[in-house]
Amino acid sequence: MRYAETGFNLEVDLTRGNIEKVATDPRDTALYLGGLGTNAKILWDRVGPEVTPFSPENLLIFSAGLLCGTPATGCNRTILSTISPQTELMAFSMMGGFWAPELKYAGYDKVVLRGKSEKLVYLWIHNDTVEIRDASHLAGKGSVETAEMIRQELKQPKAQVAAIGLAGENKVYYASVEQGRSSASRGGIGAVMGDKRVKAIAVRGTKDINLAEPEEFITLCNDVLAYIKHREDNPIKGVMTILQGLGSPQEMKVHDEKWHTENFMWGNSRTRRKGFWNEEIEEAWTDTLEGARTRLISCFNCPMKCGATISMPGLPTYMMKCFTKLTYTMAAYSDLDFGLRIAQRATEYGLDGFSTPQVMAFALELLEAGILKPDDFPGLPESNEDRFFYLLDMIVNREGIGDVLAKGTYWAAKEIGNGAEEYAHNTIKKHEQLPLKLSMLNPIYFLMYSVGEKINITQIEGQFPQAPFPKREHREKFCEDWIQVPHEKFKQYFIDWELRGDNSIPYYPTVEMTCDIVEWQEMMHYIDDALGQCAGLSSFPLKPPYHIHNYPKFISAGAGIDMDEEKLSDAAKRYRTLVRAVNIRRGLRREDDRPPENHWKKRFPELEEKLLDGYYQLKGWNKEGIPTKEALEKMGLGYVAEDFIGRGILTEDDTADVQTETQTQ
Amino acid sequence: MAGKTKEKKIVKTIKIDVDKCNGCRACEVICSAFHASPKYSSNNPARSRIRIIREPLRDIYVPVYAGEYTMAECAGRDKYTIDGKEYDECSFCRASCPSREEFKEPDSGLPLKCDMCEGEDEPLCVKWCLVDALTLEEREEEVEEQEEMEDLELGLESLADKFGMQTIMDTLARMSKDDKSK
Repeated sequence: MRYAETGFNLEVDLTRGNIEKVATDPRDTALYLGGLGTNAKILWDRVGPEVTPFSPENLLIFSAGLLCGTPATGCNRTILSTISPQTELMAFSMMGGFWAPELKYAGYDKVVLRGKSEKLVYLWIHNDTVEIRDASHLAGKGSVETAEMIRQELKQPKAQVAAIGLAGENKVYYASVEQGRSSASRGGIGAVMGDKRVKAIAVRGTKDINLAEPEEFITLCNDVLAYIKHREDNPIKGVMTILQGLGSPQEMKVHDEKWHTENFMWGNSRTRRKGFWNEEIEEAWTDTLEGARTRLISCFNCPMKCGATISMPGLPTYMMKCFTKLTYTMAAYSDLDFGLRIAQRATEYGLDGFSTPQVMAFALELLEAGILKPDDFPGLPESNEDRFFYLLDMIVNREGIGDVLAKGTYWAAKEIGNGAEEYAHNTIKKHEQLPLKLSMLNPIYFLMYSVGEKINITQIEGQFPQAPFPKREHREKFCEDWIQVPHEKFKQYFIDWELRGDNSIPYYPTVEMTCDIVEWQEMMHYIDDALGQCAGLSSFPLKPPYHIHNYPKFISAGAGIDMDEEKLSDAAKRYRTLVRAVNIRRGLRREDDRPPENHWKKRFPELEEKLLDGYYQLKGWNKEGIPTKEALEKMGLGYVAEDFIGRGILTEDDTADVQTETQTQ
Repeated sequence: MAGKTKEKKIVKTIKIDVDKCNGCRACEVICSAFHASPKYSSNNPARSRIRIIREPLRDIYVPVYAGEYTMAECAGRDKYTIDGKEYDECSFCRASCPSREEFKEPDSGLPLKCDMCEGEDEPLCVKWCLVDALTLEEREEEVEEQEEMEDLELGLESLADKFGMQTIMDTLARMSKDDKSK
């Protein structure tokens, strides 16, 4: 018997309309766990570097995490992986909600889509019955609307539906896959789904998920619940409100937005508005949110209420979470009322809440700068708010300039030319980032931004405080119950960290310490993404209930895999390297590992190179950021080394073949 | 019912606050795990004895725990409007009933009934509901003495309703014969 996982994937060939239920190899589970780990293995094995994002050979994988569907609190994420149209690298966006557990209860760990359907279809998975159904009547429908229509026509109110909106159908490079209160937004995964002509995947399951050591597993779950209660009663002192508790930042709950509105940038990640927040604004925005928010809601089997049902007067109801609350508002220099209204349309269209507002602000900047002309915007309304609605429609319908903007700021700037590149200033690896511009380089964040292959800081950071507390005694106090650290040395790193003087940024934490801290943070995210655990109860907040000391027990008791901290760290390192390998084979190199040029005003080129060197060394990568043969073989990834050598990416003696490397760029 | 005496008894109930429900279905998860055999060895919300009647876009979140089995559905079911939201009468009904899929074993269709997690300090759905939509309430009530039906009896009764008592007895006789001949 397989435990925690079902042991079966659904392989769907959309070109031929063929569906197969395929048993998976339990040895792969032991090596790569599940979710992101086994997704990376499938992409490595089956999607070569010659495969372009919109070719039928590209795969789109919907995967439940290894522990989804078990009673592990908050373990509900679906990990979607494909080749991104925007970055042309491996995209792995995650969504919470209810979809992944339902897939497990239906008897599958993953749905692997390949090929392309001729007409628009949706997939209906109901235990052993799986059908490809016509979706022509759903063309152009919103993502929320689509989910409701499918549930009604199937007469299955309990079916969970992941759907794209018009943005995905029209292959907007930052289209999302929406599912109830959650979405897989980053990396343009919705565009690949649209390219495959799949409008939605609906799933309903009524089968069992088994546990290897039931009593032990439930005890672990009860400990986690008790710890969540403890953390709810004891918010962390000395950090800003949104970092004190567990869960995603509680954007749907809080009204005080002084910190975001005054520290994040407005417009096309341009303007910091110090002194923006005042009583009048707080009152107005509180009214807006209180009036719109019907209920704070959760994902499957999780007590945190990170999402909300939002009903703006005159608009259909939708669900929201996290920072999309403010991204449209701030990009358009507007207010919360506008932000919640346009987010409703954007959610139905199925768009990423980080990239979309930035692309629109970028377009308006280009107009102001005279790089784009009034002719490019026929019928452009007067007010900023109306202009954003106008641009949203243009982009999603790919009308006129919207067709170019649909590719995101990097590709649009390239196509527009005439100096437009200067305005696409806030991307990493061609992907739009949070609108943050800061002063002094922070070495930890420099590394995370540079090498994080999720290319999204909120899914890389966590665990370690973002800044030192002013007083040593407070730092010591913080360390007293810091049980999550993988090693005691992290406590000392933090205790010695000062706001000013020798032990302050950018030279403290030292290169070695920084690499350790980044590796820890990254490892926890990678473990979450394989298990299907939401980062909000694990890798993202300070002092979370899940950590490196209890995770091995969860895996042993849940999946029946003999696991300890070392084996788990090795597994995480193995598939983290495999993600890197997929990207290296697609041309990713050291020169791509960098933050937006203007992220910090004060930069330290020499230190930055040392940080990259240190991190690469720790990972067993060479100077170009390519995993070496020796490191690969040690991790059981000899087949990657062989492939690299065959392609001339590595030579037998592990040094990067610079000649080949420049040719692939 | 004549002849039955009334007596005072501590009645355990689960108090439900629909306003506090966050719709996470942790109650369904732990309920189905507790009632798995061996205990916790598997979970499957479709076997749970508590369900959240859940329609997020209409803001309907009603946790309901399974009560009695009924062989026939009610006629002319009502609608209730509460705080501007329209609910089916069934949304509050605890019966395992032919009109819906709730509270039936997915394989056999046999009815499920909440047993308040016998042997535990409190029902586990209550324990796992950290948002306090479910709380345990104990109150003294005068109740008629009545024998509680065991799971097996409950299942047999529903089978008898479905197939007729004679068929059940014939089948049992045949099965026990088959079993002996093995």
